[in-house]
Amino acid sequence: MAERPRARRETVRLLFLIAPSLFWLLVFFLFPLLLVFAISFGQRGTYGGVRWDLTLENYVRFFDPLYLRIFGRTFSIALTTTFLCLLIGYPLAYFIATRPARWRNGLVLLLMIPFWTNFLIRTYAWLLILRDQGVINTFWTGPLHEFLVQIATALPLPLWEILLRATSQPLHLFGTDGAIIVGLVYGWLPDMVLPCYAAIERLDFSLVEAAQDLYANRFRSFTRVILPLTMPGIIAGSILVFIPSLGAYVTPDLLGGAKSIMLGNVIYSQFMSARDYPFGSAISFVLMAVMLVGTLVYFRMGAE
Amino acid sequence: MTGSRGVGSGTRRRGRWLARLLALHGVLGYLFLYAPIVVLVIYSFNASRYASGAWRGFTLDWYARLFTNEAIGAALRNTLIVAGVSTLVSTVFGTMVALAMERYDFRGKLAFDALLYLPIIIPDIAMAVMLLLFFVLARVQLGLTTIIISHVAFNISFVAVVVRARLAYFDITLEEAAQDLYANEWQTFRRVTLPLIMPGILGGALLAFTLSIDDFVITFFTAGPGSTTLPLRIYSMVKLGVTPEVNALSSMMLLASIGLVLLSLLLQKGGGGGIEIA
Repeated sequence: MAERPRARRETVRLLFLIAPSLFWLLVFFLFPLLLVFAISFGQRGTYGGVRWDLTLENYVRFFDPLYLRIFGRTFSIALTTTFLCLLIGYPLAYFIATRPARWRNGLVLLLMIPFWTNFLIRTYAWLLILRDQGVINTFWTGPLHEFLVQIATALPLPLWEILLRATSQPLHLFGTDGAIIVGLVYGWLPDMVLPCYAAIERLDFSLVEAAQDLYANRFRSFTRVILPLTMPGIIAGSILVFIPSLGAYVTPDLLGGAKSIMLGNVIYSQFMSARDYPFGSAISFVLMAVMLVGTLVYFRMGAE
Repeated sequence: MTGSRGVGSGTRRRGRWLARLLALHGVLGYLFLYAPIVVLVIYSFNASRYASGAWRGFTLDWYARLFTNEAIGAALRNTLIVAGVSTLVSTVFGTMVALAMERYDFRGKLAFDALLYLPIIIPDIAMAVMLLLFFVLARVQLGLTTIIISHVAFNISFVAVVVRARLAYFDITLEEAAQDLYANEWQTFRRVTLPLIMPGILGGALLAFTLSIDDFVITFFTAGPGSTTLPLRIYSMVKLGVTPEVNALSSMMLLASIGLVLLSLLLQKGGGGGIEIA
């Protein structure tokens, strides 16, 4: 009999604890999310609003060659970014995991510090480095060029001609897909290193020794033992890098040129200049769907 | 590498060579992570009026100019209002929901858990457009209020994650002991539970504050006239033309967020298991 009021009190307390967050997330997160989904089937009104005539047109528009090309570029940039992050990040994770235990936390912290700073500013730093009047080109057309001029006068060789001509004008690094990829790799590298590090650190190195005792060489013990055992980390890291790269907006906006547009920029222009909310919503929703699938895979990996 | 049966000196030499290559890669990796930041900070002290040109001597001019720039002053004020209010709200709500998730079982808990995690993993551009769409269709005037609402929407989740991590290590017998000593439930919470999870709460609050100060994309979409924050200011300055002033402002923001994050980590780690009821 005494349990009854107590149980009710507990229910009231639970409601009190979750109600504010539940309200906030329902109204300012879940509802807007469903709104985007609903509007993606609507049509653009005459003055930029939304007309609720249901249509699949916004999804069909993806197959317009213009958007197909942008989708393709976005996909390939995100894929290249993920691959490069893996190429740089896995050995880096291996490096950290094989240091003495007392160093490891410090090294991980050192990896995280830039990651927690403003993404916009970190991207801006690359703009300073890569642009035509940037850090690299100041050196390229300045000291390097002058140095070559001096050598050429002291020791005339036809080879210098080519180098002199090359350094007389800036390298075109900024405004290319390459610049976007550099910015994205820089931004999301820690997202690759951390899960890989977690996997490698957990790895039982006696298994590697066992393989080598059985006359496996280094390459084979890597491909047959280390790689398969750390595969969950690799997949988790790849998803963590791929998702934000696919949705990148700041990086292509600051480092890409007029021709290097990604999906994020299309979403931006649909909402801010074209005022085509339904089409912008459709693109956003496709992006979220990819993210959702990726996240499900991620949690499946985590469960194993 | 003990008992290297049959492993020739050639293999061992190759092993040492590989280890050196790995160490080199590690050094280069960290160089890659820090070089752009260092370059930015160095250029904020360059006397040249070009933001990324040759070195023309040391100056503090660009920093001095920031302090007399009224637009930046206004942006700083907006940033602090948004970060302050959204941190306060999300810390209270996030802590409450963390307590509920760690202490109670209820129907739909799994679904609620997923909802709680979604704002962390959703691409920020997607969250930005859905909030913009919501505010526009609800005919809410865009401004500081809409930015704060949006920041609370993603910060609740981050605070909840940090506080839950702290609660997971909570020794429940301490609460039982307090109640054995005739503390009522409120006293138990106020004198035992709260002090013990305080490092987690403060760590979560600082994380929320940092995320709020640094957010660009979501703020960009939900801001209205007169509600420019520092990242928005930096963005428009960069778009108008890269100047050394941007370098100075960016360097100060980098320093501020690095400081805040280190403090947050320190708080989350600190306070170990020791109980201080004073």
